[in-house]
Amino acid sequence: MFKSLAPPEYLATIDREKCIRCKRCIQNCGWGVYSWGGDKIVINTSKCVKCLRCYHYCPEEAIEIVDNPTKFKNNAYWGFHNIRNIKRQAETGGIPLTGMGSDLPYTILFDNLLIDACQVTNPSIDPLREPMELRTYLGKKPSSVELEKGKDGKPRLKDRMPPQIKIEVPIIFSPMSFGSISLNAQKVLAHAARECGILMNTGEGGLHEDLLPYKDNIIVQVASGRFGVNPEYLNAGVAVEIKIGQGAKPGIGGHLPGEKIPLEVARTRMIPVGTDALSPAPQHDIYSIEDLRQLIYAIKEATNYKPVSVKIAAVHNVAAIASGIVRAGADIVYLDGFRGGTGAAPSIIRDHLGIPIEYAIAAVDDRLRQEGIRNEASIIAAGGIRSSADAAKALALGADSVAIATAALITMGCTTCGKCYTGNCSWGITTQRPELTARLDPEIYADRLVNLIHAWTHELKEILGALGINAVESLRGNRERLRGVGLDTQTLDILGVKPAGR
Amino acid sequence: MFEIDAAGIYYRDLNARIREALAKGEKEVTVRNVNGQYYIGDGLSGNATIVLEGVPGNDLAAFMDGPTIRIKSNAQDNIGNTMNAGKVIIEGNAGDVLGYGMRGGKLHILGDVGYRIGIHMKGNKKQSPTIIVGGTAGDFFGEYLAGGLLILLGLKPDGPIVGDYLGTGMHGGTIFVRGEVDKKNCGAEVGILDPDEDDMKVLKNALTEYCADLGLDIKEVMSKKFKKLVPVSSRPYGNLYAY
Repeated sequence: MFKSLAPPEYLATIDREKCIRCKRCIQNCGWGVYSWGGDKIVINTSKCVKCLRCYHYCPEEAIEIVDNPTKFKNNAYWGFHNIRNIKRQAETGGIPLTGMGSDLPYTILFDNLLIDACQVTNPSIDPLREPMELRTYLGKKPSSVELEKGKDGKPRLKDRMPPQIKIEVPIIFSPMSFGSISLNAQKVLAHAARECGILMNTGEGGLHEDLLPYKDNIIVQVASGRFGVNPEYLNAGVAVEIKIGQGAKPGIGGHLPGEKIPLEVARTRMIPVGTDALSPAPQHDIYSIEDLRQLIYAIKEATNYKPVSVKIAAVHNVAAIASGIVRAGADIVYLDGFRGGTGAAPSIIRDHLGIPIEYAIAAVDDRLRQEGIRNEASIIAAGGIRSSADAAKALALGADSVAIATAALITMGCTTCGKCYTGNCSWGITTQRPELTARLDPEIYADRLVNLIHAWTHELKEILGALGINAVESLRGNRERLRGVGLDTQTLDILGVKPAGR
Repeated sequence: MFEIDAAGIYYRDLNARIREALAKGEKEVTVRNVNGQYYIGDGLSGNATIVLEGVPGNDLAAFMDGPTIRIKSNAQDNIGNTMNAGKVIIEGNAGDVLGYGMRGGKLHILGDVGYRIGIHMKGNKKQSPTIIVGGTAGDFFGEYLAGGLLILLGLKPDGPIVGDYLGTGMHGGTIFVRGEVDKKNCGAEVGILDPDEDDMKVLKNALTEYCADLGLDIKEVMSKKFKKLVPVSSRPYGNLYAY
């Protein structure tokens, strides 16, 4: 057989002295790297993705996964992945797929923004001893309120408040569909969302009946493939999200490979087993803001006016588009930035289309304020939120809440190997193979995810305390409390942030 | 029979009144003077019959889950959007994007339809949608079809029966066209076959109900030969990617 000229990225190695031939690595590897050769473990390193499942389950610490030292000649212009992709394309004629968010070294604005703190002239607050408000309400806010006296003599709102979704922390889980991730992974998210008083999002793969008990913490999604969308589904959650785009693949459709469509996924999505689940690039009934409005209100009519969110990828003209979305009647605008993750996207799209979320938040928040419609919708920012600091910076730039997905998956064992599209995830997350998904015990892993949200909650409170503010509402859009480091004047201007030292 | 006069009523109020009538147990509702109101029948369940006089607006029967709607004139766009069950009978022409993502139920249209009909319809053993068009259709008929049945009759065409890109991206379901189909009008994913006996049973079954609904002669409708269009692959884009 012709040996691939695309060299393996990693070398899986076993210390033969330490190996006790227990074969746990063979059992654990979903990629088929290891096999039994009669007297020893045989390694096919070309299949290794460095997900480290074998390393963690080797009782003797005999396994080491190293980056392949035999790379192409160093070249500052022609990188390893440029050359390797060309070789793969020469062999297959195909579009290289990838998973997770882009890992290319574009400037990371979050890392060039620093948060203010109180010293001497204004007191900081100790969140351990003083109340700190992180509770957030997502939805349309009235531009003014009028009070009237109720029958009991107490004041009450004259007009009805638009529907609001209460979340205890401004961190929710991004949409990930049943199909792209396993049902057990969705259960982890649902369980943790309920425990933390936040939200998970079904993504576009429909709602499996096992998730119904968590419906008060679920947003259901309607995307171009309309998988699993019926009146019951629309009414199941607290809100409905129309998915227009995704940060990792702006402007292109979804493509869940047939390998990830066994019976359960096919049933939930209502498509044949083993076909590719195709989500067309556009929603075929939406070619304009007016069309979007039509779908938003079709959903509202069908759900007795539940809040509707519209998710778009952050693209060049994001501010004008977001304005249109708000005017179309959306209650929430969900912005997904360039670094946003994916279960499967062409790497050429993921790595080269869209704009980072930091710019998008600032631009959209600015535009909606200028137009006097910022209160008409909440902004959820997603696409590469790695820590509570990223979350705090996103809030300060103008988001009402952030959404996380990769960080949540990391608590389940994910090492961001980026091979989600193959359906072989050895951690049982982005796979539908029953022997692999069984590894992800929803209850055990939900605890880990709850821990993460609690830890980030504490950190957010510490950040607020240091800023001397006791409610996240005072951080929202408060760009005065951010400073840029090493950013040029124009970038600072777009972000609405002063340089450090000013 | 319950009657509603829709003249000058905002869609939200009209739909509330229809819902209210159905909630009271009305089995037949006639709405007169309909004039472009959106979302009639949106998300409705049950088994009532709603008769519309006048031209209803877009997104009629979106997400609908059971009722029958008879439209005694032309209709507009987006009818049966993601519809789950029930039936819409249109005694005239209809617009674009009918039955998008439809999951069950029937659209019976007497006249012509526009572009993008039956995009990404789905079906399984339990439920499967059917769209039957008596006249002609525009481009992208049955694009991304994943399940269900699309029948195009072209009963009185003064030109071509169907536009281009017929069945593009189709990966499930069946399309029947009365008359000939030119391969050059079809997407690359479409195979053109002659229907066999079983297919003719399916056709006759579907068309008998259609003809009864719209007062047509089943013999005349079945008098011409049909072509059957099926996906050549359940994974039309399986080779597009390098793993």
